[in-house]
Order: sequence, then C-alpha cells, then structure tokens
Amino acid sequence: MIRAVFVAFFFLCAVLQPARAGEPLKVPIGYLARSETVETISLLDQPAANNGTAGAQLAIQDNNTTGSFLNQSFSLESIRFKDEVDPASALMQLADRGVSFFITDLPADALLRAADAGRNHGLIFFNAAATDDRLRQEDCRANIIHVAPSRAMLADGLGQYLIWKHWRRWLLVVGSHEPDKLYAEALRRAAGRFGAKIVQERVFEDTGGARRSDTGLVQIQSQIPLFTKSAPDYDVLVAADESQVFAPYLPYRTSEPKLVAGSAGLLPTSWDAAHDQWGAIQLQNRFGRLFSRRMTALDMQAWTAVRMIGEAAGRIQSADPRKTFDYIKGPDFALAAFKGRKLTVRDWDLQLRQPILLADGRLVVSVSPQEGFLHQYSELDTLGFDRPETKCRLK
Amino acid sequence: MWPRLMLVLSLSITLANEAGAYTAYVSNEKSNTVSVIDTNKWEVVTTIKVGQRPRGIAYTKDQKYVLVAVGDDDTIQMIDTGTNQVVGTLPSGRDPELFIEDPDGKMLYVANEDDNTVTIIDIEHRKQVGDIQVGVEPEGMGISPDGKLLINTSETTNMAHFIDTSTRKVVSSVLVDARPRFAAFKQDGSELWVSSEVGGTVSIIDPVKRVVQQKIEFKIAGMRPEPIQPVGINITRDGKTGFVALGPSNHVAVIDGTTHQVVKYLLVGQRVWHMAFTPDEKYLLTTNGVSNDISVIDVTSLKVINTIQVGQLPWGVTISQH
Repeated sequence: MIRAVFVAFFFLCAVLQPARAGEPLKVPIGYLARSETVETISLLDQPAANNGTAGAQLAIQDNNTTGSFLNQSFSLESIRFKDEVDPASALMQLADRGVSFFITDLPADALLRAADAGRNHGLIFFNAAATDDRLRQEDCRANIIHVAPSRAMLADGLGQYLIWKHWRRWLLVVGSHEPDKLYAEALRRAAGRFGAKIVQERVFEDTGGARRSDTGLVQIQSQIPLFTKSAPDYDVLVAADESQVFAPYLPYRTSEPKLVAGSAGLLPTSWDAAHDQWGAIQLQNRFGRLFSRRMTALDMQAWTAVRMIGEAAGRIQSADPRKTFDYIKGPDFALAAFKGRKLTVRDWDLQLRQPILLADGRLVVSVSPQEGFLHQYSELDTLGFDRPETKCRLK
Repeated sequence: MWPRLMLVLSLSITLANEAGAYTAYVSNEKSNTVSVIDTNKWEVVTTIKVGQRPRGIAYTKDQKYVLVAVGDDDTIQMIDTGTNQVVGTLPSGRDPELFIEDPDGKMLYVANEDDNTVTIIDIEHRKQVGDIQVGVEPEGMGISPDGKLLINTSETTNMAHFIDTSTRKVVSSVLVDARPRFAAFKQDGSELWVSSEVGGTVSIIDPVKRVVQQKIEFKIAGMRPEPIQPVGINITRDGKTGFVALGPSNHVAVIDGTTHQVVKYLLVGQRVWHMAFTPDEKYLLTTNGVSNDISVIDVTSLKVINTIQVGQLPWGVTISQH
C-alpha cells in the first residue's frame, strides 16, 4: 500500500516537473557537404567556410532551447569531403555513430548516391542545397525532403512578379554551363505558364579565364553593351547564369537602359541578408551575434531543415527516424520560418512549400506568390511543379 | 486630506457625467508615435513622439502612465497621462515587445524577443529585479487574475511557458501550434487562450491541468487558410465572448466563450493585430497595421461602427479605466 502511494507520488512528480528527469532524448543530426571552391564575380558573394553549417548550428541551438523544456538534446556532426570521395562512405561514417537524419549540401548526383546508399539503413535526407527539378520529378526519392526551393519555384517566383509589373517581354541570356541551361529551362517554363514572351534568347559562352583581373573593368564596359546590342524590344533582361560567368556584369552595362533579373539584378531566393519581415530580424540578429556575418540562403535552408527535425521530435516526443519522417510529411506538420505563413511538405514530391523572396542586393523587393495567382489548395503551389504536373513516383 | 478626497469625488462625478469618454493610446510602429484618441468623439486628439519602433503599450494600474515598449531603443518609455509627455524609462533589457503588469501594479514582466528571456521590473523603483530564461523568441505575456501564474509564449519554440511568479521559475511548458503570439486568461482564471499566428489556431488551455483542451480553427468564406493568422485576444469579463484578431485576413472572429465556436467574423481594417475594450465593454478597438487605422466594434450589436486614421502601422492599443 505504502509502496503504491509512493509510486503514485513519484508519477505525479514526473508529470509535473517541467523538464523530465533522466537522460535527455538525444537527436544527432549529420551534415554532409562537398567542399568546392566557388568562383564568384563579386567579392561580396564569396561564401564563408561555414556557409550552410552555420545555419544548421544556429538551429541546433534553437532546438536545444526548446529541448531544455522537453528533455531533448540535439547535436550536429558535420563532414565536408572532397570531390573524389564517395558520398556513401562519408555517410556511413556518421550512420555508424547513430546518425539517422542528414542535412545535405551536395550536387544532385552525389545526393542521389548518398540517399540510395542510406535507404536500406532507414536514413532520412534533407536536401538543403540542390535546386535541380529532376530531384523533385523523375529522380525523386522517398527518403529525401527538399528544403531548398527548386529552380522551377525560383523562376516562378520571379516570373509572377515580372508579370504583376506588366514586364512581359523578356530577353533571355543563358550561360553555357549545364546548371545555366537548367535554370533557363525553368525560366522558359515560367514565361509559358504566366504569359511572358521571350523575345529572343542569347547564349553567353564561357571562354574560360579568371573571374577577376586588374583592369578587367575596361574590357567589360565595352563587351557587355556589344553583347546586348540589337535585341528586339524588351522590358527585362532575364539572365540564367548559375555558374557566375557574366550575369553580375549586366546591370548598368546593357546596350539599352534595361532592367536585369534572374542571376543578377532582381534575384529570386529563399533568404536574403536584408530580409526583416515577419520577425525575421530576430533570426538575423541571433545569426549575426553568433557568426559575425550575414545569413545566406544556404544557411537558411540548413536552419530550416534542422528546425523541421526539432519541430517534429518535439511534437511526437520521439527521435525515431520513421515516426519523425512520417510526422514531417503528414498533415499536422507546420513550420514557422519568418516568411509570413506556415511551411508544409508537398506529399507528391516531398518539396517544402515556401514563399520566394525577390531581392535586389540591398532589400527584399517583393515576396511571391503574387496577388492574383490563385490556387485551389495553397497559393504556394503556384510555385514549382504542382500535383497534376508531377512526374515523381516516390519509392 | 478631506479637501483632496472631495476633489477626487467631484472629479469622478464629472467623468461619470461624460459617459463613455475614455482615452485610448495607440502605438504606431512605423511612425515612432503614439496616437491619443478620445473615445467620445472617436478622434485623434494628440500625437506623441516616442522612441524607435513602438509596439507593446499599456496603462499602468494606477493610470498615471502609459508604458510603451520601443524595441529598437531597447527600453520602455513612460508617458505621463496628465501631460502626454514622455517622462521616464524602464530598464527593459534588449528589444522589448510585449509586457504585462501584475494585478498589484508593482511588477512588470517584459518579453525580450532577442534574448530568450522575460525581464522582471520593479515599476516604482524603475529597476530590473530578475529575469527568467524561456524559449526562443518570447512574445506573448499573460498573467492569471490572482497574479500567481505568468504566461509567456515563445514564437520559435512554440510553447506557452507557465512561470510561478513567487519562485520565478518555469513550472510547465505546453506545446501549441506554430508561432504563438498572445496569451489571455479568462477573468475567473478558468481558461487560458493562446493564439498561434502561423498555425492558424487558438488553443484553449486548462491552467490547472496545463493541457490543451480544445483548439479553435477559423474558416472565412472565400478565403484561403494562409492569411487567417490569429494574434490578439480579448475576452469579456463575464467570459461569455472572446474576440480574436485574424491578422492579414482583415477580420476579427467573435467566439462563444463557453462552446468556443466562432459566432461571427467582423470585417475590420487591414492586418489586424491587437485590441482593447473600453472599460464598460461597450466597444472594442482594433489596430489595423496596413490600413493605418483603428476599427471600433460595437460589442453588443457586433458591428464595426467607426474607423479612425492614426499613424503608420498601428500595432497596440490601451484604454484608460475611467
């Protein structure tokens, strides 16, 4: 009897205590990144060594603040490997240490190799970097959630705004590298969907050479006007140059006084260092205090991915990978990420629904979806590949 | 002593004669001003310059001051209600947004969004006397009618933290839907209502069991769910009617306090966030950030009867008790 009362008392205490006693629930999260030297035209675009991982670290800290009330503890294990290393081996190093959730900053093929290697081990991937539409379409996987917006979403976000402005005539300039061509494809699709007219396409060949050189400006000032000369009349020059070969040279140097958008000028993105709406200033401040630099789109995508795991683990009181993953994909999941509305996951391709910011390098000019682009389910589904268009068969 | 009492008496008689003449103070987040409204005329009678980014605003219990959190100046300013001048500041800690006074009017509890803390200020001595660690981005502040339980909502942690005001410790944390913005008790202390801006719901929490009993969801005909973002909550003293401001949906929901069903949606100005009753509960004022105005709701007829232009991005509102 006395013992029963004692046990009951013990349970009562356990229920009432703010942070349950005992070992916290441990949730280790892996971060896989391919170390690459990124060449940029502007010095301001040079990524920091901790680009991406810094965002993940801040989210770990945020998750742990919440976790202190739920007796949960999150940690980050990050591996940055070289091009020649098989991503699967880096992955297994962490999986052997009990990591089931992986944030990835990997190109499409490396991500697919890692995801396929992790499939039989029940590993779950959060694509924080690759924008390739094929990862959401024919090459989609049942164990990859796409936190990064796709090229189609970025192009649609930009396209809607240009249409809203009645800037319907686009001169499309495409770089000669594969990612540039893929981005151009997304921009063409956006033009077709929303009623813009591509008056002409031009290809800017990358002839090699350094991104920067002393006295290079003299040449560029005469090259760009020549390159953009004698185009049919247009409203906006839309550039597809993910490889950063020419686009940042376009503003103020076109033959005619024209606006630039796409890979320079007005940029569609998931995040911008100047974004301060919907409480974003608080996240920007936290990030700045911790890392003494501005928060990039990759940082934000990694932050979002880690927060998705934290949010799910907090709600279901479990770090079981299957349960967590099911919750994230399910109807009850919603993440607040300073974009004015909740972010949820599309069940047909596991893409995170999200608004697209349009930034000019100093400020956020607008946020898409734009007014008037309606949808029967969610206006966010006017961005990217919607359910009826999907080629994804999740497996 | 006697003459002073007489004066007070005669003063209250004068005020009673002007039935319904109260003063409302509205913080204008973008203008860095506070608009002062006469609720008899429904007019702005004066505009007070304050610090950077005024948001949370409230009368002190003794009605001597209106406190306004000026977040970008990292302080709370005190407006003398007699002269409408800023006469002092309270040491709020970094980036104060919302705050609440205890029922005695002695302590002020301030949510510091940037610091994951709630700061405790002794109002009379204008001194910080402690702080409490809470979740990420503390925002909403509520206090139980007996002053024993303080509630703070944290926007990224998505919790309502229950704080024992005597020990100043978090004693419970209840998960609610995404981005909780505001917490309000019923006057009898039987229910705590917490709004989730991004989640789109209001959680009705049992303050004794500290569990969510029920969630109010909102549906406005012809509107997608995304802009329906609950923020401010005001419940009548008898607990029979609750009002919930629904942000960019430009509506205020009227809730039956017993069944928690939505009775009506009232169209107000654009991006409605916070609200305040006149003390007789005849009127409810709403701040409409995007349309730069205040809507006046007649609480009996449930109709919007007036609109008052104020400064840019009106955020919070507080009304005198007499």
